[in-house]
Amino acid sequence: MTVPSWTDLNLGATLPAVMLAIGTTLLLLVDVFLPKERRNLTAWLAMGGLVVSFVLTLATFNQQTTALMDMFIGDTFSSFMNMIVLVAAALTILISIDYMNRTGSARGEFWSLLLLSTAGVMFMSSANDLVVIFVALELLSIPLYVMAAFRSNNAKSEESGMKYFVLGAFASAFFVYGAALVFGATGTTNLTEIFAAVSSISAEGGASLAYLLVGAGLIVVALGFKVAVVPFHMWTPDVYEGAPTPVTAFMSVGAKIGGFAALLRVLVSALPTLTAGQAPDPVWMNTVMIISGLTMIVGNFVAVSQTNLKRMLAYSSIAHAGYILMAVAAAADPAQADAAAKAALVYLLSYTFTNLGAFAVVAAVEKNDGTGTDITDLTGLARSRPILAAMMAVFMLSLTGIPLTAGFTGKWFIFQSSIDAGLFPLAIVGVLTSVVSAYYYVRIIVTMYLLDGAGDPAQGATRAVNLALYISLAGTLVLGLFPILATNLTQAVTLVASVAP
Amino acid sequence: MVPTEAFVILSMVLFAMGTLGVLLRRNAIIVFMSVELMLNSANLALVAFSRQWQNADGQLFTFFVMTVAAAEVAVGLAIMVAIFRTKQSINIDELHLMEG
Repeated sequence: MTVPSWTDLNLGATLPAVMLAIGTTLLLLVDVFLPKERRNLTAWLAMGGLVVSFVLTLATFNQQTTALMDMFIGDTFSSFMNMIVLVAAALTILISIDYMNRTGSARGEFWSLLLLSTAGVMFMSSANDLVVIFVALELLSIPLYVMAAFRSNNAKSEESGMKYFVLGAFASAFFVYGAALVFGATGTTNLTEIFAAVSSISAEGGASLAYLLVGAGLIVVALGFKVAVVPFHMWTPDVYEGAPTPVTAFMSVGAKIGGFAALLRVLVSALPTLTAGQAPDPVWMNTVMIISGLTMIVGNFVAVSQTNLKRMLAYSSIAHAGYILMAVAAAADPAQADAAAKAALVYLLSYTFTNLGAFAVVAAVEKNDGTGTDITDLTGLARSRPILAAMMAVFMLSLTGIPLTAGFTGKWFIFQSSIDAGLFPLAIVGVLTSVVSAYYYVRIIVTMYLLDGAGDPAQGATRAVNLALYISLAGTLVLGLFPILATNLTQAVTLVASVAP
Repeated sequence: MVPTEAFVILSMVLFAMGTLGVLLRRNAIIVFMSVELMLNSANLALVAFSRQWQNADGQLFTFFVMTVAAAEVAVGLAIMVAIFRTKQSINIDELHLMEG
């Protein structure tokens, strides 16, 4: 046992995530000493922390290195994921500031929790070890449990936090047990070493292969819970509806980014050669395909019958998890792994802008007591707040995947990679369910523009929320109008290169 | 020496008991205890495999699991106290404000 040297630790590569975590801890301390009437300052300091981390991510963007004794990977894939989640967290801060004040749940810890969760996502996207994935998963989830229950003395919010906590902890237990079995089969928790061990175990079969198969299955179940795919989605609508709207917004994006980053790392980097019997494809390909198809079908069809906006967006987020999972299935084909990973990244980026924009509109029309989030509450919004309604319309079209919006760019890449990987049935299910999704997204536009009503004053549309809306709108339109940007942004991203034998 | 398989089978039984506890019990505290049982069954498997491979990584993992479980319980109990104040009950079945 040798003492690790500074070169082994390679702390420079970990700076974006580590600095954010350190800054968050300091922020918690600073908040205690701020006078009560200047508590908004904490939010802006949190924003500063995100900016610092973003700059550090840019500075280390093109690195291709491991750190902390191979437990941590700094590559373009993780840098890209970090950038998405940092943007998501910044937009969430803009949506939250006035929302938390006017609903009487403003407390300084909120910003630290948000940043901790962001740091969790960043560690997760860089993890190269099952232990790190586990700790990062918990760093991502535990603050979210608290944030979901953040609106004190509100039974719905507390119920939401409780449900999220119980099912999240349940999923974590699955992850740990799965990791234990993978460790039992391979004798290591390092993803690179697991990759090296998997092919010979697959060829030999026996007890080790059984451990590995069950272990990988449990890990997929656990991460499936986090990203909310069918059949592990039962918690999503309740939690999304009850949690404060900005928290729901972050949850729907942040947890997905972290979950899919880990899913891609584990499945594509560590287990691409996990085969059973004679089939050349990895065993998880069909499983992921079936889950993806079910998720798209269930998410889109159940969303049709929803009357509450947040619930509808919850089912819509389930459906979108299905689309991203399509890219994960396509990544099972070694020739397509990189292209599919890029497609997933582009989709996550476009989904982040669009979904945060949609939730910002929900936060704007929501009343101080948490009501006013029914779809009927949007009636006549085009008359009372024409710009807000127009932006909501764009977000809805983008979620549907109409050309010239980011949603179309994302879906284009996803469908392309799945067709290139030969997953035609999945692509057909994807296209058909997109048509179904048009029904409930367009219904929102119809409600805003064509139904008669006084229209909501949208008292929550303050300057900060408007700023978040404009940024989301810009992101949605720019990615839609210039898809070339998406290809350029992800050009350097490689997922499999990091583990080439 | 007790074979590793024996430990693994015991851990699987414990894990199944924990899973059933989460799914079947209605008291939130019992549900938490069941989750703990699941985590600890994983710990048992990790330590057993660690001995088999003569590799301390598994034991190291166990310490992380224990720490995280403690953090999780701290948050969970706090949420439960908040719910008890509002509803005077911690029965999971009574949490049904939102449905559909």
